[in-house]
Amino acid sequence: MTEHKPDIDELSGVETTGHTWDGIQELNNPLPRWWLYVFYGTIVWAVIYMIFMPAIPALPGTGMTNTPGIRSHSDRALVAEEVGKLNAERAAASSQLLDASLEEIETDMNLQQFALAMGESAFGDNCATCHGAGGRGAKGYPMLADDIWIWDGTLAGIETTLRHGIRHLEDPATRNSAMPAFGRDGLLTAKEIDDLVQYVVKVSGGTADMSAANRAAPVFAQQCVSCHGADAKGNRSLGAPNLTDSEWLFGGEPRDIQQTIYNARNAHMPAWQGRLDDATIKALAVYVHSLGGGEK
Amino acid sequence: MSAHTTTRDQSGWGFSIGTVCALVAAAALGALIIAANAADPMMAAHAWIFFFLTVSGLLVTGLWAGALNGRNPFEPTVYEDTIVKFGVAAAMFWGIAGFLVGLIIALQLTFPNIFYFPDFGWTNFGRLRPLHTSAVIFAFGGNVLIATSFYVVQRTCRTRLGGGMWPWFVFWGYNLFIVIAGTGYLLGVTQSKEYAEPEWYADLWLTIVWVAYLFVFLGTLWKRKEPHIYVANWFYLSFIVTIAMLHIVNNLAIPVSLTGSKSYQLFAGVQDALTQWWYGHNAVGFFLTTGFLAIMYYFIPKQVNRPVYSYRLSIVHFWSLIFIYIWAGPHHLHYTALPQWAQTLGMVFSIMLWMPSWGGMINGVMTLSGAWDKLRTDPVVRMMIVALAFYGMSTFEGPLMSVRAVNSLSHYTEWGIAHVHSGSMGWVGFISFGALYCLTPWLWKRKALFSKALVEWHFWLATLGIVFYIVAMYVAGITEGFMWRAYNEFGFLEYSFIETVKAKHIMYIIRVAGGALYLIGALLMAYNLVRTALGHGEAGEAAPDARPANAPALQPAE
Repeated sequence: MTEHKPDIDELSGVETTGHTWDGIQELNNPLPRWWLYVFYGTIVWAVIYMIFMPAIPALPGTGMTNTPGIRSHSDRALVAEEVGKLNAERAAASSQLLDASLEEIETDMNLQQFALAMGESAFGDNCATCHGAGGRGAKGYPMLADDIWIWDGTLAGIETTLRHGIRHLEDPATRNSAMPAFGRDGLLTAKEIDDLVQYVVKVSGGTADMSAANRAAPVFAQQCVSCHGADAKGNRSLGAPNLTDSEWLFGGEPRDIQQTIYNARNAHMPAWQGRLDDATIKALAVYVHSLGGGEK
Repeated sequence: MSAHTTTRDQSGWGFSIGTVCALVAAAALGALIIAANAADPMMAAHAWIFFFLTVSGLLVTGLWAGALNGRNPFEPTVYEDTIVKFGVAAAMFWGIAGFLVGLIIALQLTFPNIFYFPDFGWTNFGRLRPLHTSAVIFAFGGNVLIATSFYVVQRTCRTRLGGGMWPWFVFWGYNLFIVIAGTGYLLGVTQSKEYAEPEWYADLWLTIVWVAYLFVFLGTLWKRKEPHIYVANWFYLSFIVTIAMLHIVNNLAIPVSLTGSKSYQLFAGVQDALTQWWYGHNAVGFFLTTGFLAIMYYFIPKQVNRPVYSYRLSIVHFWSLIFIYIWAGPHHLHYTALPQWAQTLGMVFSIMLWMPSWGGMINGVMTLSGAWDKLRTDPVVRMMIVALAFYGMSTFEGPLMSVRAVNSLSHYTEWGIAHVHSGSMGWVGFISFGALYCLTPWLWKRKALFSKALVEWHFWLATLGIVFYIVAMYVAGITEGFMWRAYNEFGFLEYSFIETVKAKHIMYIIRVAGGALYLIGALLMAYNLVRTALGHGEAGEAAPDARPANAPALQPAE
């Protein structure tokens, strides 16, 4: 007994294992019961779960990949079921969207509400990346919530843009036009471009160097009027923006305008036909049309 | 007998210096050849960095060895403590660097327009994020683990580190890996595997270093003067062995060119994903859990001067932990292309992992039995016990999140970020801080820390920081989780993705505040440790015997 005396920890009265490492000893306390029983409980639970759910990979030749579990639970089946339910829920209104014209959708209150809900959801996931939440736009991506349209702001026009995109050359019906890169392709000298910048600043109502602007007038008449028009108010059928409204897609500072003339911008938008279903495209057209600047 | 031992050791120490230098010289030569033939600029940069650092190492080693004048630098009757001092310094340095980068990327997420520098592409979030995770896990955590393991294994085996020069190779080789990995992230060198981003050549170098680490550790255990192996060493050993296995398997890749930085994984698709998360989850298990439990098993009983609560619990929870942990990885791939049976496997093993994880917490906290007053009087002990509280929270939360129904809400949301930061800042961070606060006065033979008040400040700032951080991320995570699955009355998604991002903005700001508090705490700690090492303030008097319980033949080295 005397030999075992040093193996008792005085403070707790618990036996130690008798070893000391760098002054550290270990008590010989039993496993806490609650700890042990909870541990056993989790093991029992694991076994039960494995009986109920797909769990153990099966041997080759058994005709199955794994034990299906007595609930035959399958994520794939569940997803298909849930997607099916959702589609069924949307089906009635969706087919009405398909049957109705865009104008009818806008005037029927129930259909319009449905289209706006569908359009907002689709817009958030597909369009907001570039056009911003609510269609407020960003540099290079037009604002859709105002009444300035580069191509077409009518319901039908918006639908066409959605279906075929802009300069999406894989689609022959895409909206297409190409402003030349006047500087990069050597069509105009740097000096001529600098003068043109002043001309564009002038017609947009900014403070321009008038002598430079005057020098550029014949260049503008020769190079630009065919698309932007003699009054510089643009031409929607060519997607040529109005230069006089002081609204800018790529910035209205002289440096931005110089870049636009030198390199051209010719922004792209993908065609959504085939990527989104017809009902969604129609809903998007109605949604965008409703944002603030839709035209008759 | 002793004369014989001395002779053998004398031939041994020169041999170990020679073999280390030969290996490093061979690696330097390889780097030079690659540098001269590099297939891409990133590889050239890395080969030159590697070459200059290894050659510098060789030069310093040469100067040091020349000044020895035949004296055995690995005197077997004293502990190798200098390397541990270097490890403490390295851990502190990398810790602050890692916390700082964490704060920067938190700011980038919160104010993307302000903290975006298009002219400096290497500051992009995508480059800095792996820099942050690797800096805190592998640079800070890794150096803490190497330093403490070298300290603990010597004390608990009552013998000097084995391998002569090789422990130094492990320390510097590991930190060289960190430099290659970190510069690689900034240069854009990555194999795109989370927590395993470094490319094939960095992985190969780490493999060499890690095998050396294993042999140094095993060699020290082999020549121990205690009859039994202390529990902390089981945990360290499981960490070293398993990390070697995980690292090698997850990094199996074929380089496009032996002189180029790019490689391709051996596995593809869902097999690659499963290998990655087998690795990723067990990096948490065997790096951040068993490694730091080893620290807990030495530093808590040592600092509170009480026996470990239960030897039996330590055995049972050790073996159950390492057996069960290794299967739990598939829970990272719930509701993905991973077959459902494998998801079941990951989930049930995660549930069974709950109690084995908690065994360590119980053993650590109950070790305070009879010394509870230390929670009030010793902020270092309090820090380590709070670490265990965070450990207990996150090892309960882990199994909870592995339940598929819970995971369907929590996965991909900030909840995951909250979970890892409660584990990393709370558990890994605090237990490491505790160990560093213990080690510094012990290593530099100071009576106490420079300032206990500063430790109190560190404790409260960091605790508050963690609470800010995790509460904000829990709220953000659950908010976005519910927003993602919200449908409107017509059966369409209620919110677009960008709306769910905007909803988190205020939470992101709170997270920034939490991270800043945590960083400030770490800066206070670094200041405190430097002043302690210098012997200022309360650390002024050298302790006559800093380790009263330590009376072996071995003495800490000067």
